[in-house]
Amino acid sequence: MAEISTLHYLVLAAGLFMIGTIGVLTRRNVIIILMSIELILNAVNLNLVAFSRLYGLHGQVFAIFVITDAAAEAAVGLGIIIAFFRNKETVNVDEVDLLRW
Amino acid sequence: MTPVATTFFFYFLAFTAIVSAIAVITRRNPVHAALSLIVTLLSLAGLYLMLYAPFVAGVQIVLYAGGIMVLFLFVIMLVNLERNIREYQWNKQWLLGILLALSLGGLLLFVFKRGQDIFPRTFAGLPETQNTQQVGIWLYGNYMLPFEIASLLLLVAIVGAVVMAKKRI
Repeated sequence: MAEISTLHYLVLAAGLFMIGTIGVLTRRNVIIILMSIELILNAVNLNLVAFSRLYGLHGQVFAIFVITDAAAEAAVGLGIIIAFFRNKETVNVDEVDLLRW
Repeated sequence: MTPVATTFFFYFLAFTAIVSAIAVITRRNPVHAALSLIVTLLSLAGLYLMLYAPFVAGVQIVLYAGGIMVLFLFVIMLVNLERNIREYQWNKQWLLGILLALSLGGLLLFVFKRGQDIFPRTFAGLPETQNTQQVGIWLYGNYMLPFEIASLLLLVAIVGAVVMAKKRI
């Protein structure tokens, strides 16, 4: 049975990365933006695991670290969203202008 | 165990992942976007299984699709989004953003096409039956210091999330 080549996985990960970047750059809802960041982190994870098939287990261990960071990032980001919604009653990023002059 | 029908499963899982990822960034209702993101995460877990990484696939399902997405859904329920759903969902620089992201994707594809011959053709031959054991040995052996730093990072993140979500600091 033929194995899928590494290039296939890289192209799929590039597609997911691109979709995540489009989501970060174009949406106004900050919750969707955080989900797009999760998409980007997953594309990176797919790359790491695909290369770990060629070079040994380092990639899988690093993928676990990336998942840990994603959990930390989601917790802090959603805490910021709650604090922000409590103050301004909105979740649109272009209405976040407290530090803008 | 050698995988069966790899071509079919790869294209099926890749198609599911891409379609539901597009649904994540185009849905108006964040709950629908979160559910599509769960579908993407599950199909990526299937791809990890095909890449001889059963432990990472399990962590992906338990931690990502189980933990992080429940966190997202909790916050979506906590935040009142009824006004937001009726608003315009795209910001002012959406066209420029899409063009930039597409050019980045084109650059990536160009690099992959030019550099695809530098990868080794042979696989490392990871034993699936000892995968979890091997990952554990790596985590507590070579990657001891990064592991401890990651636990410290999680502690800081928990404290930060609690402080920021408090009503009065």
